[in-house]
Amino acid sequence: MAEDCGEVQFFGVGGSPYARRVQIALKLKGVKYTYFEEDLRNKSELLLKYNPIYKKVPVLVHNGKPLAESLVILEYIDENWNKNYAILPQHPYDKAMARFWAKFIDEKCIPTVVKAAWTIQNEEREKAIQEATEALQFIENELKRYNHKFFGGDTIGLVDIAASFIAYWLPLLEEAADLTLLTVDKFPNLHKWSQEFTNHPVVKDNLPPRNGLLGFYKARYAALK
Amino acid sequence: MADEVVLLDFWPSPFGMRVRIALAEKGIDYEGREEDLSNKSPLLLKMNPVNKQIPVLIHKGRPISESLIIVQYIDEAWSNNKSPLLPSDPYQRANARFWADYIDKKIYSTGRLVWGTTGEVQEKAKEELRESFRVLEKELAEKTYFGGDMFGLVDVALIPFYSWFYTLETTANFSITEEFPRLVSWAKRCMQRDSVSNSVPDQYKIYDFLLDLKKKMHSIE
Repeated sequence: MAEDCGEVQFFGVGGSPYARRVQIALKLKGVKYTYFEEDLRNKSELLLKYNPIYKKVPVLVHNGKPLAESLVILEYIDENWNKNYAILPQHPYDKAMARFWAKFIDEKCIPTVVKAAWTIQNEEREKAIQEATEALQFIENELKRYNHKFFGGDTIGLVDIAASFIAYWLPLLEEAADLTLLTVDKFPNLHKWSQEFTNHPVVKDNLPPRNGLLGFYKARYAALK
Repeated sequence: MADEVVLLDFWPSPFGMRVRIALAEKGIDYEGREEDLSNKSPLLLKMNPVNKQIPVLIHKGRPISESLIIVQYIDEAWSNNKSPLLPSDPYQRANARFWADYIDKKIYSTGRLVWGTTGEVQEKAKEELRESFRVLEKELAEKTYFGGDMFGLVDVALIPFYSWFYTLETTANFSITEEFPRLVSWAKRCMQRDSVSNSVPDQYKIYDFLLDLKKKMHSIE
């Protein structure tokens, strides 16, 4: 933590799970940074300059050099500030597995859950819930198989950080959008992990306020119905 | 030992090609097994139960899936080798990962729509693909390879799609060579590497395969 961080700027949006991933990683590593809260309806010049390809948050700028895409940023944070707290495992095989599950969360878990929340038509909603359940089941099985406190073992790692959506945003979506997905009988391990994760000293100080996010989701659901 | 490394593959798959190239760059002996995707082997289903897709690399009995994850694994597991696929600087590594991910997001699904559809859908996809090629050419700039002097992850990620160029040009009536000369020069440069030319099938063979696939896709609808 004593090492010189250089100049670090972090562009995010408070409610974004992807931005919060980066925030959690920076905090775990003890990296000092300047934060810029973006208004996505009125993106700053700097954001458009630093992420011309996707024009999205999160963006990390280190000594003037920008990076986008949360999982790319997480690996950078881990490799660049490598004297403390390992976010990725050391062994190439374990690293590959961590990358695989983080990618799976991004490509299958999050989109299917989001779709299930915002689909109104009954039959389509049932189908979306089924897809989300199947995706989450794979994650549940991984936790069950290794039977550790976190996906990363005793400490939180890449997959835990990627799965923060499941621990915090998913339950809020369930509440706001009348969605029943992550039940304790079907997902006992994910439930237990969620508790551990959201109570982790670094994580709990770096999640968005519950009420704000819930209000936002409720308003969106009401507008759809 | 070849029996330590097994690759479950399918010859026209651009994702399979990426892994073939990486293994060849590192000089790794392996057993390649061709999968029939309409009749997937028990081994494939066991080794990739989540996505049930190729490529899957099996190293000392342990499976790795997702082509770019496999390529990075190959780079890291055989790291004392003289052919690194990623640079050592963290920022450059992150940049390589960003562009490899961009290629994953933009080229395959859009390209599929270009050769696989017609009319308005095809036109829209063609414009999107052109934009992606524009962006990639800009990123390549005057460099030999995407990583600079070193053939690396981004080159490996993109070069398999060179085998689609003839098909894309013919089905969508445009010239990639004329519109993106730097990209085509880069591709030809890559194809001069044995690892690439031995891993990427001939464009005309791929054309026959893709056209056949297109017919099957349309007969299902």
